[in-house]
Amino acid sequence: MSEQYPALLVVVPLLSALVVSVAGWVNKRLCFPIAVAALGVTAWSCVGLLLRVLDEGVIVYKLGGWTPPMGIAYYIDYLNSLVLPVVSIVALLNLIANKKGIEQQFPDKTGPFYTLYLLMVTGLLGIVVTGDAFNLYVLLEIAALTGYGLLAMGEERAPLATLNYLYMGTIGACFYLLGVGYLYIVTGSLNMVDIAGLLPPLYQSKAVLAAFIICMVGVWLKMAFFPLHAWLPNAYTYANSAASSLIAPLVTKVMVYVMIRLILTVFTPEFVFTTLAVSDAVVWLAVIAIVMGAVLALAERNLKKMLTYIVVAEVGYMVGGAWLGNRDGMTGAILHIVNDALMTLCVFMVVGNIVYKVKGYAFEDLQGLFRKMPFTMAALVIGAMSIIGVPPTCGFFSKWYLIVGAISAGHYGFMAALIFSSIVSVVLFFRVFEICYYEPFADHHGHDNHSGGMDEAPVSMVVPLLIVAVILIVVGLYTGDIVNHVIQFAIPEAMV
Amino acid sequence: MTDLISMVVAKYNYWIYITLMMIGLYAIIAKNNLVKKIVGMNIFQTAIILFYVSISVKKGATIPILEHGHGPDAHHVVHAVDYINPLPHVLMLTAIVVGVATLGVALALAIRVYNNYNTLEEDKILAQIREK
Repeated sequence: MSEQYPALLVVVPLLSALVVSVAGWVNKRLCFPIAVAALGVTAWSCVGLLLRVLDEGVIVYKLGGWTPPMGIAYYIDYLNSLVLPVVSIVALLNLIANKKGIEQQFPDKTGPFYTLYLLMVTGLLGIVVTGDAFNLYVLLEIAALTGYGLLAMGEERAPLATLNYLYMGTIGACFYLLGVGYLYIVTGSLNMVDIAGLLPPLYQSKAVLAAFIICMVGVWLKMAFFPLHAWLPNAYTYANSAASSLIAPLVTKVMVYVMIRLILTVFTPEFVFTTLAVSDAVVWLAVIAIVMGAVLALAERNLKKMLTYIVVAEVGYMVGGAWLGNRDGMTGAILHIVNDALMTLCVFMVVGNIVYKVKGYAFEDLQGLFRKMPFTMAALVIGAMSIIGVPPTCGFFSKWYLIVGAISAGHYGFMAALIFSSIVSVVLFFRVFEICYYEPFADHHGHDNHSGGMDEAPVSMVVPLLIVAVILIVVGLYTGDIVNHVIQFAIPEAMV
Repeated sequence: MTDLISMVVAKYNYWIYITLMMIGLYAIIAKNNLVKKIVGMNIFQTAIILFYVSISVKKGATIPILEHGHGPDAHHVVHAVDYINPLPHVLMLTAIVVGVATLGVALALAIRVYNNYNTLEEDKILAQIREK
């Protein structure tokens, strides 16, 4: 069984998506248990794979027994074995937490919703696990297309915002495909490891340079790296809360994973950081991304939109860390994929709970929430601490590695941007806390919400949220183990 | 001038795909009507499909079905130059499917937008959003 984990984690959600769509016709109540069971099996195989990789090193899984480079192989190494459990567990917890929310918002569309949800998870996991450059494109589009469907099920402005995301996402994926085409022209291969072996004599070739730049621009578009971020805030804000708390933590992070995979495996750090002398410029772009993300977040009077701009700033963290070109920076970037997925999930799930109860997420809707929803707000405090970077939470540790990387690369601008964004996050979140802490003014609107008492979201929403909040602290406490046993081996020896 | 012309003619397939891509990109950026933008996006995707198909072409080559691939003298040297490369075509079958699916989703979203705002002109939609 454990030999088949790499196939299971893609096949199970894919097939169960079909089952769910059929079950939706028969009995809507069947959809949720099937989806949870499928994602449970998936999460189980992802964790099993991580343990196997820790035990025996890199795993190559040949799909259908066809050997690479002819067949498609799944490579599970230390890098993606760390990302896989994060993706599957985030998807599972978010699904359980949002059952009530989905039923509240789309009482007669639960079947299609769960189908799209499972297909999206299939796409994301496939992107992470695949070792074939073209296969990655196809899975990218599976994740993107289902994502458009999920995001469009939202407020009145959601379809238009999603359509703008669709243009940008399609252009990004097409750029990636074009870059793969250039690589195919010069190497005649689509297998990532095979390409990496064939490339070194061609490092001076203009076609390889073009392939690299085009792939990077495509991936940056997909991850909303600052000047290319314009689609993200509206698309995520106006979507329903179940979709935005699945997509906001995972899509950008998985795209950062793709970027790191391209840098570390396909093009190798030697080409990216030594042959090309652009890393400094990219880190400056990341600095701009962080600063602009923080400033734009500051301008928002709306909790969910503020968080989407924080996502934009966090993408800057990871891109900058990866492009510093040293071990600490790369460690920080990989660790931040894990941490940021979890803390973004935490804060977006909080928004989901608030929307479920209050039906709004503008700042004026948040008054008095500490009294009304104490558990949800406790999770928000922990998530916010992690985003700010307060020690026992995980956000501190990845930020620490990023800052150490910035210092050893001598890039003080990046360090300053990290500290600046931490300070801005303090302002952002304490402003929210202040609003949530105080009660609404006496009822001159005629509302009767002064009556007091606790009005927490249902247990099925609060428990997964609190689990995520605890995970934030646990991952923080075990950072040393994650770095020493996993991430250290994910980065090639050549990088110092 | 002759240099430029010979450069363009020698690699005309690349020039065509770049031109098509830019037409598509222009439509996405500059057009006001959502359906025109979607068509531009589709042109953009098709340009890349054409790029892939064109790189597999070989002059004087035939379809990739081996002559005498069966029977008693099946084992003989295959000259790769005699056959066009089938792989990019196969990849593009997938990309065409992806393109159709994207187009379908985009048009479905456009219908949703039309139901919400009763227009597909972006400036009018934005004006309606600002009014609210």
